[in-house]
Amino acid sequence: MIKRFLAIIALLGAAAVLLPFVLNLPTEEALPELASKYIENAPGELGAANLVTSIIVTYRGLDTLGEVAVLFAATAAVGLLLKRTGNEVGVSHWKSSEILKSGGGFLFPLIILYGVYIFLHGHLTPGGGFQGGVVIATGFLLLLLSGSVDSFNHTVMSLVESLSGFAYVAVALAGLIWAAGFLDPRFLPQGDFGRLFSAGAIPVIYSLIGLKVGAELLGILDAMRCKVRREGVTA
Amino acid sequence: MIIQIIVSVGALLVLIGLWGLLTRRNLIKMIIGFSIMDTGTHLIIVGLGYREGATAPILDSSITPGTHFVDPIPSALVLTAIVIGLAVTALMLAYAVRLYSSRGSALIEDFKENAL
Amino acid sequence: MNIFIVIILGVLMLAAAGTALYMKSLSAAVIAAGAVSLLASVLYLLLAAPDVAMTEAAIGSALTTVVFLYALSRMRGTKKEDPRD
Repeated sequence: MIKRFLAIIALLGAAAVLLPFVLNLPTEEALPELASKYIENAPGELGAANLVTSIIVTYRGLDTLGEVAVLFAATAAVGLLLKRTGNEVGVSHWKSSEILKSGGGFLFPLIILYGVYIFLHGHLTPGGGFQGGVVIATGFLLLLLSGSVDSFNHTVMSLVESLSGFAYVAVALAGLIWAAGFLDPRFLPQGDFGRLFSAGAIPVIYSLIGLKVGAELLGILDAMRCKVRREGVTA
Repeated sequence: MIIQIIVSVGALLVLIGLWGLLTRRNLIKMIIGFSIMDTGTHLIIVGLGYREGATAPILDSSITPGTHFVDPIPSALVLTAIVIGLAVTALMLAYAVRLYSSRGSALIEDFKENAL
Repeated sequence: MNIFIVIILGVLMLAAAGTALYMKSLSAAVIAAGAVSLLASVLYLLLAAPDVAMTEAAIGSALTTVVFLYALSRMRGTKKEDPRD
């Protein structure tokens, strides 16, 4: 009873904190100064059509680098906590049907293609490395759920993850050497506005982020799932 | 008007999530409450960047010089926050799985100090 | 017109959030929490933030639900063994 009372008090406190947000909303139509600066300058400076991508990859690029590092730390912690001890391996009694397996195998390359499309066009259309990486991870998840594969090659996964992370920092340092600063994508030619090969190194950086995020999320999924050994017993 | 509704819904989601975090006894339910709080804060941040009648901050041939855009900065912040949210949720779930395998229970009162 | 859609989505979200916390079955609660994220992604689309909408739909409602269900299956599997084992 006293617990519930304390919870209600905490809730009222949180409501008191949130109430000013609801009551004093910005009413002016104009955007804040920083946002209008970005909107004015980003297309000319970087040549990317998607302003959100310009902000994530370039203006706030250091935040994104830190964010990817946090994601890596969380993935490593999940893998450490759920380390396989050997005695939790159960035996699954169901076997996936042929239709499920071939359907999954048929859809898998299309999903991967879609994910690659999303992160390659991150500077032109909505989407980018994070979304594309997640789509790729779900493609591998489909293989796992349909029973086409039982486990992934951890060497390849960690190789993709660490190489793309390394290349991300290398591209950022290239910006430091040949352009204005760390993570500056303008050391590559800007190209025509709105084409695939444009906006300097933004598509390169976002593709590397996509590969890294995809490998990390797949690592989380792989660590979380029940380790089962399939037997040839049909349900 | 839309901003008011969105921010109120986001604030209510935060409160619902906090209530779940404080009163539910099952670890999974508490983590669900946490992820609802997450969604609520993201909704508040994106809602604060919205402007009536503005379009998405993506330039293409249909954009004329007088077009208004929504604020792209909250979008960029929330985009990374969602990915971090998944990683944090997975970390919490991993701890919950470990606690369950050590104690055979997912109820929070089984993890009191004197129950050790 | 838009306002009605936003209000309906908001009410649905709050209802789904309440359902997620007060559902007896844990897997149903996880699905309800995924529904909150899915409705949120529609709201982001109406708020002219398509990037966020894509991320929320892919991560919030798909991957988070899968991670929750994996955790649930692990928390069930260790205690009660499959009777056929």
